[in-house]
Amino acid sequence: MSVTTETLSHEFDTTPFLRRLSVLDWLWALLVVAGTVAAHRLYSEWMDGYEVGILYGSAAALVWLGWGWKPMRGFSVAVALLSLAAIGLYGGELARGESNFFLKFLISSQSAIMWMSALYVMATVTYIFALIAGSGFSGKVASAMTWSASVMGSVGLMVRWRESYLMGADIGHIPVSNLYEVFILFAVMTALLYLTYERRYNNRAIGAFVLTVISAAVGFILWYAFEREAHHIQPLVPALQSYWMKIHVPANFVGYGAFALAAMLGVAYLLMERRPDGLLARRLPTLEVLDDIMYKAIALGFAFFTVATVLGAMWAAEAWGGYWSWDPKETWALIVWLNYAAWLHLRLTKGWRGKPLAWWAIVGLFVTLFAFVGVNMFLSGLHSYGSL
Amino acid sequence: MSQTEKTGRRQRRSGAVLLEFLGSMNLAITLLVAIAIASVVGTVLQQNEPYNNYIMKFGPFWFEVFKSLGLFDIYAAPWFLLLLGFLLISTSVCVYRNTPAIIRDMRHFRLGVQEKSLRAFHHRDEWRSPDPAAPLADTLAKRLRRHGYRVRHRQFEGYQMVAAMRGGTSRLGYILSHLSIVVICIGGLLDGNLPLRLAEWRGELKVETRDLAVSQIPPESTLGTDNSSFRGSVTIPEGSRADFVFLGMRDGYLLQKLPFTVALEAFRIEHYPSGMPKSFESDLVIIDEARGEPLRKTIAVNHPWVYKGYAIYQSSFSDGGSRLQLQAWPLDRPATEPLRIDAVVNESSRLSTPRGEYGLEIIDFKPFNVFPVEEAGSKKFNNYGPSVVFKLRAANGEAREYVNYQMPLMVEGRPFLLSGMRATPAEEYRYLHIPLDSDGGIKRFLRFLALAQEKGRISQVAHQQALNELGLTEADPLYRDFTSSMSSLVGLFVEHGIDALVELAEKNVPEEKRNEALSSYIKVVQGVLGTLYVELLREEGVDVAAGIDEQQALYFDEVLNAFSLLGPYGSPLLLRLQQYEHVEASGLQITRAPGQNIVYLGCVMLMAGVFFMFYLHHRRLWLRIEEREGQTHILFAAAAHRERGDFDSEFARLRGDLRHSSSAVLSRI
Ligand code: HEM
Repeated sequence: MSVTTETLSHEFDTTPFLRRLSVLDWLWALLVVAGTVAAHRLYSEWMDGYEVGILYGSAAALVWLGWGWKPMRGFSVAVALLSLAAIGLYGGELARGESNFFLKFLISSQSAIMWMSALYVMATVTYIFALIAGSGFSGKVASAMTWSASVMGSVGLMVRWRESYLMGADIGHIPVSNLYEVFILFAVMTALLYLTYERRYNNRAIGAFVLTVISAAVGFILWYAFEREAHHIQPLVPALQSYWMKIHVPANFVGYGAFALAAMLGVAYLLMERRPDGLLARRLPTLEVLDDIMYKAIALGFAFFTVATVLGAMWAAEAWGGYWSWDPKETWALIVWLNYAAWLHLRLTKGWRGKPLAWWAIVGLFVTLFAFVGVNMFLSGLHSYGSL
Repeated sequence: MSQTEKTGRRQRRSGAVLLEFLGSMNLAITLLVAIAIASVVGTVLQQNEPYNNYIMKFGPFWFEVFKSLGLFDIYAAPWFLLLLGFLLISTSVCVYRNTPAIIRDMRHFRLGVQEKSLRAFHHRDEWRSPDPAAPLADTLAKRLRRHGYRVRHRQFEGYQMVAAMRGGTSRLGYILSHLSIVVICIGGLLDGNLPLRLAEWRGELKVETRDLAVSQIPPESTLGTDNSSFRGSVTIPEGSRADFVFLGMRDGYLLQKLPFTVALEAFRIEHYPSGMPKSFESDLVIIDEARGEPLRKTIAVNHPWVYKGYAIYQSSFSDGGSRLQLQAWPLDRPATEPLRIDAVVNESSRLSTPRGEYGLEIIDFKPFNVFPVEEAGSKKFNNYGPSVVFKLRAANGEAREYVNYQMPLMVEGRPFLLSGMRATPAEEYRYLHIPLDSDGGIKRFLRFLALAQEKGRISQVAHQQALNELGLTEADPLYRDFTSSMSSLVGLFVEHGIDALVELAEKNVPEEKRNEALSSYIKVVQGVLGTLYVELLREEGVDVAAGIDEQQALYFDEVLNAFSLLGPYGSPLLLRLQQYEHVEASGLQITRAPGQNIVYLGCVMLMAGVFFMFYLHHRRLWLRIEEREGQTHILFAAAAHRERGDFDSEFARLRGDLRHSSSAVLSRI
């Protein structure tokens, strides 16, 4: 059988990456750069040299993300437009958050976060329904909800950032400074990571698992806001007033998000493995693929967690006078890191793939969870900013 | 075979076995997990606390056990260091054993691979083309280059070989990341205090546990300026200087000399409305004899000063010996004029009181105290003014800690002076609320207390009540019982508080009648003190003919509440701050870490290595092109290091592209 050359030729485009970009891609880059320059000019008063560097670095990362993962563009534009709308509606007065209809019910940070919470929970239910009923349409609805929830969560964080400056120029700070704020970051980060895999593997059944852990985080956020009133913006203690926070914390949460994702894949793996011809086996990718995604998530998490821990050490050297003090939070970061290093090595040794590694990934989530919540709750140390 | 040759071989063999063991993945995993678990212990058990705390927590037996295991300073315990050492060795061995092969693997294209091996590959394909072999090999090589592969092309006898590879850097990632562990450990070792521990072990160094003045710290607890790495702290009051820092070691410290002097010119702190510190900074001067000119710089949190490899950090602040002027009213003779006490924070002095000698230790002073208050649903912050924390130590060594607030606290619209007491720092403060006079003073309270302590006045009141209310005469046998028990009840209450009355009831009255008895005791006390209160008001010139007004009645209840707590309050004196001069001290951390840059280098290697390992994949391709029977046969094979799912699709794409470029005539032979 001869293979017609035409049918194949479109598949193996060897043009270099940059030339493969479309007009839209370049427009995207232009938009991000324009927005960044505008933000720089508008807010340069509040930024030091490092922060300007971080701003442009993030812009470059965003351009690159948008090129590599196209839905990121629509997502970012939506977040930007809604955040700008909120900033415009506030117009320099925090009190408008109570009087303006749109702010009060939609895009003030607290409202946006409530929308995020509701949408994530609804998405969870819908994913589970889609999984059980095998409904492709419900799956798409669930994805749309997850996207919307992530938009609202990101808007919530962006607007909260602005609100903190409206409270007082000396109070303003990026909203990754306490447990409440980072839990929102965690939910959004985990969801976005999941959405990349959903697209890449074209499978929505995993969503039922991953969104469950996000819903659990949402439960915590709601409890923390309503029981403990943790949603009030608090000023920063001197040690946190540093540009390091802007890179250390987000890097950490890529790690945490990826580890959470891997753990839920582990759960899916184990459930599917018990009934090789059950419902899950029909809906989920094969065990090999699950194992592969789990590996990729842990690798990604490990890489970012390594960076975050190194950045944390550098920050510690600047704030506390030593890059390593065996402070409980630091030590737990090391424990998490060692745990996943062991996981990665275990995967390379014979006979450990599959079930044991899935179990280990699940246990890893608890180790991670302790590092990120438990330490603040049970142990004291230099990192005692986010205590419950 | 001679004996020596045999043992030689055996040695080589056991050496190889040892290397194999040390470089084995299982050992690596075991070590990673073991270190993680040991680290958990160190976070659950608070490290480097005073030993007494541990003894209280675990009892003497477990204290000794834990101490001998090094659990109180786990990260410096020999067994923990041994674990780290093993990890270091294991990683080194691993790098040592794998590096040569990896470098070979990265450099060699393996042009010489046999056809048979290629056919055994999982990823392979074969097709035919009408094009002649040599130009086709060129075309395909070019094609692979455009896919980003590095390519080697060689002509062998009878066939062309094209070998290509890509992503070899990922193998470099292995070397970088694993070597980085070694580098980081070496850097950390340079900055650790292992040499000090060795010196201590050899007996050249002794950790000081006593609270000594700097000049009295013995030489065996003092480190010279030649110590190349340390991390110490020192508190310098404004206007003072220091040329040393303290290094905390387990339950004691060492004195580290500096080759220069640090002086604190000024300390500034700003606060948020909530009273939380917003920023604090120190104006420092370094006086270095080797330099001459003093150097000035302001440091703040997150903005240290690095001078000659010594980094100076702003880490905390505290009171630097504020000078306080206090007034003290002896509570046993409250009518007398108050004493004036001049005290300095962090110092102690002796006081003689009617209850004997007391030591007064001023622990802390704060110029203001801000607490949140709930007002009409919204949170506000109130400033309660200065506070003094102090300890009063009785002659028998027993001490209680007090905190006195300077400004009145409003409770339900009425002003009180607040003083908290606790017996140990582990307890919460219990507060004594002293009601204030209309002019904000405590004179009336003290006069009332003086009256209540006057035995004569109380007997007099008792006498009148016996005559007027019960109609008794002095000759009546009940009279004596009545008046004496009345006096003793009031005396008990004023001296020991309400608890004494409860105790009395418990001692004398059967259980079912106790409550009744207690309320009658209280009624008696209220009656007597009420009479005294009216007399006090009258003496003050208040017109009480028409009874007392509500405010005055409230005041009476408040005084009674305060009296009932005076017993447990336990202080012979009531102290009130009159004036102060605030002196702040800056807590500095000074470190010398020559290994820091090595550690950072290791960190960069680690980050780069990890990303290389995960995000670059080492892939190899081979094309064996041979002319046979007038046609060109192409054998295409590929291999990826640790194949991942993604390689299948890449292989499929490459195969399609290569076939297309070689005008393939048949899909498969
Ligand atoms: C703290 C110590 C260590 C860390 C953080 C670490 C980290 C890593 C990571 C992240 C990988 C990549 C895994 C993957 O691609 O899936 C890896 C691979 C590997 N590690 Fe380690 N490792 C450590 C110690 C060791 C030790 C002690 C050994 C000795 C046996 C070792 C042997 C290996 C080997 C053989 C590989 C496979 C490399 C390859 O074929 O590309 N590692 N290590």
